[in-house]
Amino acid sequence: MNASVKPAKLIKGQTGDWEVVIGLEVHAQVTSKSKLFSGASTEFGGEPNSHVSLVDAAMPGMLPVINEECVRQAVRTGLGLNAKINLRSVFDRKNYFYADSPQGYQISQYKSPVVGEGEVVVELGGGHTVTVGIERLHLEQDAGKLLHDQSPTMSCVDLNRCGVALMEIVSRPDIRDAEQAKAYVAKLRSILRYLGTCDGDMEKGSLRADVNVSVRKPGGPLGTRCEIKNMNSINFIGQAIEYEARRQIEIIEDGGIIEQETRLFDPDKVETRSMRSKEEAHDYRYFPDPDLLPLEFTQSYVDELRSQLPELPDQKKARFIGGFGLSPYDAGVLVAERESADFYEAVLAGLADKARDGKLAANWVINELFGRLNKEGRDIAASPVSAAQLAAIVDLIGEATISGKIAKDLFEIVWTEGGDPRALVEARGMKQVTDLGAIEKVIDDIIAANPDKVAQAKAKPQLAGWFVGQVMKSSGGKANPQAVNDLLKAKLGI
Amino acid sequence: MTDLTSMTIAEARTGLARKSFTALELTDAHLAAMEAARSLNAFVLETPDQARAMAGAVDAKIAKGEGGPLAGIPLGIKDLFATRDVRTTACSKILGNFVPPYESTVTSQLWRDGAVMLGKLNNDEFAMGSSNETSCFGPVVNPWRREGSNTALVPGGSSGGSASAVAALLCMGATATDTGGSIRQPAAFTATVGVKPTYGRCSRWGIVAFASSLDQAGPIARTNRDAAILLRSMAGHDPKDTTSVDRAVPDYEAAIGKSVKGMKIGIPREYRLDGMPAEIEKLWSEGAAWLKAAGAELVDVSLPHTKYALPAYYIVAPAEASSNLARYDGVRYGLRVPGRSIGELYENTRAAGFGDEVRRRVMIGTYVLSAGYYDAYYLRAQKVRTLIKRDFEECFASGVNAILTPATPSAAFGVGEKGGADPIEMYLNDIFTVTVNMAGLPGIAVPAGKDEQGLPLGLQLIGRPFDEETLFSLGEVVEQAAGRFTPPNWWGAKA
Repeated sequence: MNASVKPAKLIKGQTGDWEVVIGLEVHAQVTSKSKLFSGASTEFGGEPNSHVSLVDAAMPGMLPVINEECVRQAVRTGLGLNAKINLRSVFDRKNYFYADSPQGYQISQYKSPVVGEGEVVVELGGGHTVTVGIERLHLEQDAGKLLHDQSPTMSCVDLNRCGVALMEIVSRPDIRDAEQAKAYVAKLRSILRYLGTCDGDMEKGSLRADVNVSVRKPGGPLGTRCEIKNMNSINFIGQAIEYEARRQIEIIEDGGIIEQETRLFDPDKVETRSMRSKEEAHDYRYFPDPDLLPLEFTQSYVDELRSQLPELPDQKKARFIGGFGLSPYDAGVLVAERESADFYEAVLAGLADKARDGKLAANWVINELFGRLNKEGRDIAASPVSAAQLAAIVDLIGEATISGKIAKDLFEIVWTEGGDPRALVEARGMKQVTDLGAIEKVIDDIIAANPDKVAQAKAKPQLAGWFVGQVMKSSGGKANPQAVNDLLKAKLGI
Repeated sequence: MTDLTSMTIAEARTGLARKSFTALELTDAHLAAMEAARSLNAFVLETPDQARAMAGAVDAKIAKGEGGPLAGIPLGIKDLFATRDVRTTACSKILGNFVPPYESTVTSQLWRDGAVMLGKLNNDEFAMGSSNETSCFGPVVNPWRREGSNTALVPGGSSGGSASAVAALLCMGATATDTGGSIRQPAAFTATVGVKPTYGRCSRWGIVAFASSLDQAGPIARTNRDAAILLRSMAGHDPKDTTSVDRAVPDYEAAIGKSVKGMKIGIPREYRLDGMPAEIEKLWSEGAAWLKAAGAELVDVSLPHTKYALPAYYIVAPAEASSNLARYDGVRYGLRVPGRSIGELYENTRAAGFGDEVRRRVMIGTYVLSAGYYDAYYLRAQKVRTLIKRDFEECFASGVNAILTPATPSAAFGVGEKGGADPIEMYLNDIFTVTVNMAGLPGIAVPAGKDEQGLPLGLQLIGRPFDEETLFSLGEVVEQAAGRFTPPNWWGAKA
């Protein structure tokens, strides 16, 4: 790809330009039927405490047993991030007391994560890209949920989510502004969804991010960072970064210093607030979990998983560009969401001549279908026009049975009434007229009736467009536009 | 009818098979003995109704010829093992009246094989102690007394209830656990046989955890053969415990009476401590002589890192314990002492629920894992552990089949006599046993003689990983040479 690296967006302060340095820790819930170390279900939305095993509730004498499916998903994700897979990794205990953590510790991976360094190429506007380094990916247990609104005097805890597997994906501080951060999370989410290792549903909390932000003079030493916890919306991440960077710049420019701390984002006030300072930070007393053996697997296991990986967004994009001549922008739009790409693939599969009409199909998917879906606030899964129907419409255009204009009418009919596009074209007489004799007759009639326009067009050939419009109008839009043009030029002698 | 409580498991097995008596009769005899021996405080919960129901069910099975390997054998269960619908407390106030809805793997295998549960046995709180004095139910009394003295002695710990009950003929065998010597030291103090199997031999699932990388369940019985019979039922792979090992369980009993001729027995010079009592020294030499007489070859061996084992153990074990005991927080089960905030609830509950020794170890463990101290303590202790393990590996690689040492540095001591001012005094009890846990090896304590006050003393045999069979063969040689020791019954007439 011929993308260029976009210069970092700087923020202007009173003392000059500032550069923002951002790193993210994304927590992605692993798609699996049962929890990381117990057989309890991971299903979302059960009655409180209905998906809790003896292990999850940390009953005396209970022991964790690793769920191999979660390991498989973590390795697949690592492969999708072009990362180093560690054949031996270790589970550690992160010790802290809180009611959402029944064991009194979270089982995580501290010094030896299952996945090491990797990278993600993130597309930005204008054909620019930024490569974000991945430091590591590790597996860990999710916590339970505290409910403070059930009793006036007590808090309650729901342990359904407790012990569900999370992948913590830690980026390097390679991100320089809010747009890049948003694009990075979107790209990561897209990769996870292609892999099927995380559903990426941020509203349900399946994907959350902790955002580390610091500011510095361009090229200067790194500043002190603040961590904004638990962000569950891509837009909020952008807003939080914008606010936090300006907050830090103001403090420094006023002669203050940034304290390392953990902050929370308030989406209503669009500001970040201090949650706890470094002094209040926990000492987690990490140590290897003696209940679990080191996690070990072979290179052939990894190779096997690699060979079964689905096509990922970057590969798919390249194939769309190379195979069907799509613009990088259009290809990017199609692959951003797995569902969009799948829909386009389904349209391609239904085309009579992919090589000829692949690009046309992309235009139709993006402009007509997505445009209409957006307008009506619908999801692609709820599209009234199926991939097969859209492929049929594109086929009809490609084979010159209907014109693009008629195709739009046809699309409207299929959208509102449904039906087989080809049959509709037949039944409603929407077929393009390519019978030159018939078109010629129409042209002759119009020329005969409008001698003044003929004179004008002969003097100024651009005015021939008026005749085209008239011909199309009187043919009900069905006349082949190319044939009309050719005949008109000949008859008018222009 | 023979005295039903003084039989061995092997003898009772024969009697039951011949229908000389029923399982119910056997159980009733033990229930009566337990009742008469309450002053020993060995049982913290008697389950007579359940015991009689289990025995009755076994009798019906025996009648149909379906009795298992332990059909009708009455056992005591250390209160560290979760028993379904039967209160399980680890002898800590913090578990209160906790009744688990599940059964530990080890005990469920015993019931599978037909054993009968008499009740739950006393132990040091969360198995932390060497005298059974830290139990929230109070100390256990050793059935053994010094000659001519009424002083109450400790049975050792943490499996003090198990050892005391087996020695006093209250049950035919007992489950126990060993993290640093908690099976072998009480066995030595009570003239019983205690086996700490190889780490991973028995499932830890359903056993209240003390230090996960060291904890291992094992039996206490009156003879090597009985211990072998019990271990066969207790051992085995459990998919619910990742650290349990998938390896066939041998017929340990077949090792009893097997010749030890030609075996190389290591005598480690580092176990000869300065100021070691002469009678311990003598016992050790006697044991070696018995094994030699049976055809074994004695070799001097060196385990150079032995002296670091105890200090390293008292870093690793408390570190793991501090984390394992975090779950006792008053939120979901057990004791809850309310507070105005979640932090206060934790503090109040744990302050009221944990005894002094448990609190001490939680604090030590928290300290050694803290930022800035981890490398100096925990990490270094783990390195020491690797070296200790290597000592044994090199020793076994040189052809040594097992290692003979004293089990304890002294005989049983009086209740309240040790550790009051200095906990190290108590910790030194485990000086000969902790190395075995640190290396994950099997160890057995067998009765070998008495001190000049008439108190039992034991020898320890340490084996190669998963070679418990050799330990049983050697233990049997000691048992045959030394004889068996039964304390005179002073605690109450049997029914």
